[in-house]
Amino acid sequence: MADYATERASFTWALARRQLDGLPDGRGINIAHEAVDRHAAGARRDHVALRCLERHGGRRDVTYGELAERSNRFANLLDALGVVPGDRVFVLLPRTAELFAAVLGTLKHRSVLCPLFPAFGPEPIRQRLELGSGRVLVTTPALYRRKIATLRERLPELAHVLLVTGAEPPGRELPERTLDLEALLGSAGGAFEIGPTDPEDMALLHFTSGTTGTPKGAVHVHEAVVSHYATGRTALDLHPDDVFWCTADPGWVTGTSYGIISPLVHGVTSVVDEGDFDADRWYGVLEDEKVTVWYTAPTALRMLVQAGADMAKAHDLHRLRFVASVGEPLNPEVVVWGNDTLGLPIHDNWWQTETGGIMIANYPCMDIRPGSMGRPLPGIDATVLVRDEHDRVVLGPDGAAVEAAIGHEGELALRPGWPSMFRGYLDDEERYRACFVGGWYLSGDLARRDDDGYFWFVGRGDDVIKSAGHLIGPFEVESTLMEHPAVVEAGVIGKPDAVSGQVVKAFVTLGTGYEPSEDLRLELIGFARRRLGAAVAPRELAFDQQLPHTESGKIMRRLLKARELGLPEGDTSTLVGRR
Amino acid sequence: MTDDEARALIRTTLHQVAPDADLDAVEPGETLQEALDLDSIDFLNLVTGLCESTGFEIPERDYPQLSTLEGAVDYLTGLGSAG
Repeated sequence: MADYATERASFTWALARRQLDGLPDGRGINIAHEAVDRHAAGARRDHVALRCLERHGGRRDVTYGELAERSNRFANLLDALGVVPGDRVFVLLPRTAELFAAVLGTLKHRSVLCPLFPAFGPEPIRQRLELGSGRVLVTTPALYRRKIATLRERLPELAHVLLVTGAEPPGRELPERTLDLEALLGSAGGAFEIGPTDPEDMALLHFTSGTTGTPKGAVHVHEAVVSHYATGRTALDLHPDDVFWCTADPGWVTGTSYGIISPLVHGVTSVVDEGDFDADRWYGVLEDEKVTVWYTAPTALRMLVQAGADMAKAHDLHRLRFVASVGEPLNPEVVVWGNDTLGLPIHDNWWQTETGGIMIANYPCMDIRPGSMGRPLPGIDATVLVRDEHDRVVLGPDGAAVEAAIGHEGELALRPGWPSMFRGYLDDEERYRACFVGGWYLSGDLARRDDDGYFWFVGRGDDVIKSAGHLIGPFEVESTLMEHPAVVEAGVIGKPDAVSGQVVKAFVTLGTGYEPSEDLRLELIGFARRRLGAAVAPRELAFDQQLPHTESGKIMRRLLKARELGLPEGDTSTLVGRR
Repeated sequence: MTDDEARALIRTTLHQVAPDADLDAVEPGETLQEALDLDSIDFLNLVTGLCESTGFEIPERDYPQLSTLEGAVDYLTGLGSAG
């Protein structure tokens, strides 16, 4: 994109759609065809699609041709198992080539892909498999034994568990009622023709957390690939010879839209690192793999800043051309570090699970305002809407939502109609409809806009916690803590944190017969971690026998937060001391 | 620091960061993160905790040496001995 205003004026989604091939003979559009098959059938057949870096060293290249064949095998296997289009296939895997073959094979088969984050504990996994009616689960023997084996009886709809056995010691028996994926793939055919795929067919299911209730399954369709392609060009500046590294795990929407789909649709080489964060390793990956475009998150960047400039200076990072970040605003220290250490500005952008792709961004062709999420992408109309004292968007006499004046805070909203917009929350039409008011999609995020149309993130408009860029629903954490016999009630907030943005902090009220102690504090944290996993469980926990409630009996999380931060407690007119 | 002291220190520090983690279940050679389901923040908190209790600063470039139990024990027992 050479010029923002020009591109914005000329851009249409219909034009963007024409950059893609569509299935042969007008049979619709399928994400996996655009991501793999069209390259495998053309000049990029032998181009490296994935450069997979193993956790303990070693790397494996997979070309577009090979990826097409492997994903074909997976699609054929689903057929052989009697799985039909529309069935849900869940993937809980480390970042390896097998993950990509399963994801793309599922999309080719026209089953629905639901990625899970391997750092989830058993409870979030069970909940999502159950809510999403998971028919197939692809995972490893280690993850299965640790997180799923004990839940299996509670998942009657889960018909097939396919295990990637590569890391398993030879001769070790697989758990009962599981299948050896690699053995089955070996006997599945390597050719597969994608069936007719309507652009509105469900392709991806991403669970996200709300303030209350169970996680919501955001439904995305095959047409979303038009957004994945267009945003890869406008917001990430992808070019055919790029080596791209998205550090997000595919268990989250960023890792699916930009770790898997967008770079493949562009035909570039994607770096896929199985390893965990390690500052020196990451600099090594950037240098050794000659990464040109890098998409990462503020938490990771802050950990690199902490590691010091000397470590960075030991690496040759001159091939890096464009750096983007998503999750939360970049603090000034990180902006300065980018300029000094990488010699490049870091381009912040904004989007969320429901939008399926980047919506607001800083571009290479535009001046960055540090701390701003940038300006809406070509094809995207964004605004800030006025909210009333009950946090509801205000409607004018004509029924349209009232837009906030320049510089004023309000709810960030988007005009519906872009291809990767979610098409529903699974089995929850009411919650879906509640997201649209007065002609806008309401993001739940608070923001303001400046004179030049740059948007600035202010915070969440609800109690959802954003930790290391991931949304965590306080209700899920509270319910889990309350399953412990010592806990009568729990209130959970996001406490500001220098590295991860927010950390989950719980306040619990103990039942009679239980006394606060360090042992009990650790027991409760351990209890939550075993069920929820490290990414969701509280890292801090305090005892509080006087949790504040509204008159209707709900815990006032905002007041807990204000107390934690030593802020004025604000309007407490609806507060009563004890229920 | 002796080998046993190092193990005990890792155990108590880990218990503060991840009370659910069972150090006895870690197989030789397995990374602590993998074996105990620790995320990057947990690992960072573990190393920070070790720094606090030993009084030594552990530079980031040494973190990978602490990724396995044996590596962490070796590292801690070697602290201070080089001067």
